[in-house]
Amino acid sequence: MIDLEAHLRRRRAEGRKLFVPYVSGGLDGEWVDLVRAFADAGADAIEVGIPFSDPVMDGPTIQEASVRSLERGTTPHTVVAELRGVSDEIGVPLIVMTYYNIVFRAGHRRFAQELAEASISGAILPDLPLEEVGPWAEAADEAGVATVLLAAPTAPDERLPRICERSRGFVYAVSLLGVTGERQSLATTAVGMAERLKAVTDRPVIIGIGISNAEQAREACSVADGIVMASALMRLRLDGASVQEVAAAARKVREAIDG
Amino acid sequence: MALAPSSPAPVMGNPSDDGRFGRFGGRFVPETLVPACQELEAAFRDAWGDPTFRAEFDHLLRTYANRPSLLSECTRLSEQLGLRLILKREDLNHTGSHKINNVLGQALLAKRMGKTKLIAETGAGQHGVASATAAALLGLECVVYMGEVDMVRQSLNVFRMKLLGAEVRPAMSGSRTLKDAVNEAMRAWVSDIADTHYLLGSVMGPHPYPWMVREFHRVIGDEAREQCRELTGADPDVVVACVGGGSNAAGIFSGFAELPSVRLVGVEPAGGAAVGRGVPGVVHGMLSYLMQDEFGQVQEAESVSAGLDYPGVGPEHSHLADIGRAEYHPVNDDEVIEAFQLMARTEGIIPALECAHALAWISRERASMKGQTVLMNLSGRGDKDVAQVQSILDGRLT
Repeated sequence: MIDLEAHLRRRRAEGRKLFVPYVSGGLDGEWVDLVRAFADAGADAIEVGIPFSDPVMDGPTIQEASVRSLERGTTPHTVVAELRGVSDEIGVPLIVMTYYNIVFRAGHRRFAQELAEASISGAILPDLPLEEVGPWAEAADEAGVATVLLAAPTAPDERLPRICERSRGFVYAVSLLGVTGERQSLATTAVGMAERLKAVTDRPVIIGIGISNAEQAREACSVADGIVMASALMRLRLDGASVQEVAAAARKVREAIDG
Repeated sequence: MALAPSSPAPVMGNPSDDGRFGRFGGRFVPETLVPACQELEAAFRDAWGDPTFRAEFDHLLRTYANRPSLLSECTRLSEQLGLRLILKREDLNHTGSHKINNVLGQALLAKRMGKTKLIAETGAGQHGVASATAAALLGLECVVYMGEVDMVRQSLNVFRMKLLGAEVRPAMSGSRTLKDAVNEAMRAWVSDIADTHYLLGSVMGPHPYPWMVREFHRVIGDEAREQCRELTGADPDVVVACVGGGSNAAGIFSGFAELPSVRLVGVEPAGGAAVGRGVPGVVHGMLSYLMQDEFGQVQEAESVSAGLDYPGVGPEHSHLADIGRAEYHPVNDDEVIEAFQLMARTEGIIPALECAHALAWISRERASMKGQTVLMNLSGRGDKDVAQVQSILDGRLT
């Protein structure tokens, strides 16, 4: 399994901005092809969503993708099983993004073990904040799976160092007050959030939520170490774009942040 | 030196610092909401310990909500069932249900915190109407999220909310019922947190809501206990309430939880029996019994009553079930429709379909309670349900 944080730190040390595109796991028959295509398009890590029935941090696009995926019979096990070996093959670390009940139901140790066996390097659980993360994070640490924590603009200054300390892999900077989804422009809070985090941590700081195009990605990377892009790419796919077309959009983002 | 034996913690006392009732509860919310929940908890602790706030709340309950609510003895129904049935008449409160207690408490608190806008979710529309009412009374903006399916089932309540100046937004995802309205309200809160208070309508959600909402409803149990002693000279043998999220049950149970001789019974819809059929899980910010599949996907509840159409339950109920202090039993929709009519024609009271669940259980289990005093929380009036029951009974009512 690729060590997520070591991998991202190495890339950053090379002077590279980090690009983390997202795929909804189980969305259609070609979703794993899209994971591979994102690797070819220059992703530094790839986030894979495991659909949940009640995604409170997600806006309309990821909700739609989740419903579509669940209707195809997708389960946490089918997503993980289809990813087995993919990370080793493409040389890019994979991170699952799902909600805590999926993990809680499976059992912390069992879920962490399952990820590790499929060479999945990390996990993001947006409804599991610092105060509740302990039991999962310990099981994940033990299995070598990185628990990526989110940091939001509402956090008072004293809270941010504690989040950064417990986070593994990178710190996920929430760019704005809101849920996932495309936005017209980069939120005014985005760069400020990255600045606040960069001031208190040496871990990679990657901005997500609402980063919608190459221009916004470039702007965010003026301070942050990288960006996550989810809804904007999934919107293309949901609207019928081919794997190659979505990958081409991702490549544009790659080029924009490479400057 | 040996430690002096400490007195046992009260059964429905304060949760632990991390918001747990036994193993249930907690605060499983997106990071954005954590500081807001912490701020709310601090504000509630401060307000609840402040005699000025308590006096203000009490004043509104007495002069606006019509408290104390009556206790009614059911003479004819008691005779028919072979037990002594007493009703706590929350249906006579302003806006027609117990929900007014919680919304007045939270709206006052929101104002004290300097918030200008309320958002709320609603199932049957009772909490939405109550929220719109409190917002109008205190001069706050109000947006109510309601499942699209429920907006059809409860169209009159949608109009009521609009009349009261609230905006009603449909929740279009998932089962388009209460569960999805909660999701939409949480998403809206994440997006608009600075000047907005999320007025959650039941004893559920992240800490401090389950505790705070129960405290705002404690008045139901406190009044009922004293009224019952005055009327009968004793405590009831059984206290019965319907349970969706569980706010009216938590309110009335809290007045009797410390009296071991009083049996506490929560009645769930068979299609939404979180305690009866659920397993522990995490949704809407809390760890509690939850109807879900083997992979952790939340299942859609199915009940004739929009207000009980919820796959989870407040965490304190899960705890009360765990320690055996309260029991939870299911009734099916047919039994509920039967009970709805029974109360109407025997006592001249049209109950909300939610409360008809409680009567359905009492009626079914009456033989085991022969001669006992049974206190039922009549948590809301049934006017809102008449059209729906009419369509169910079409042609069958002679």
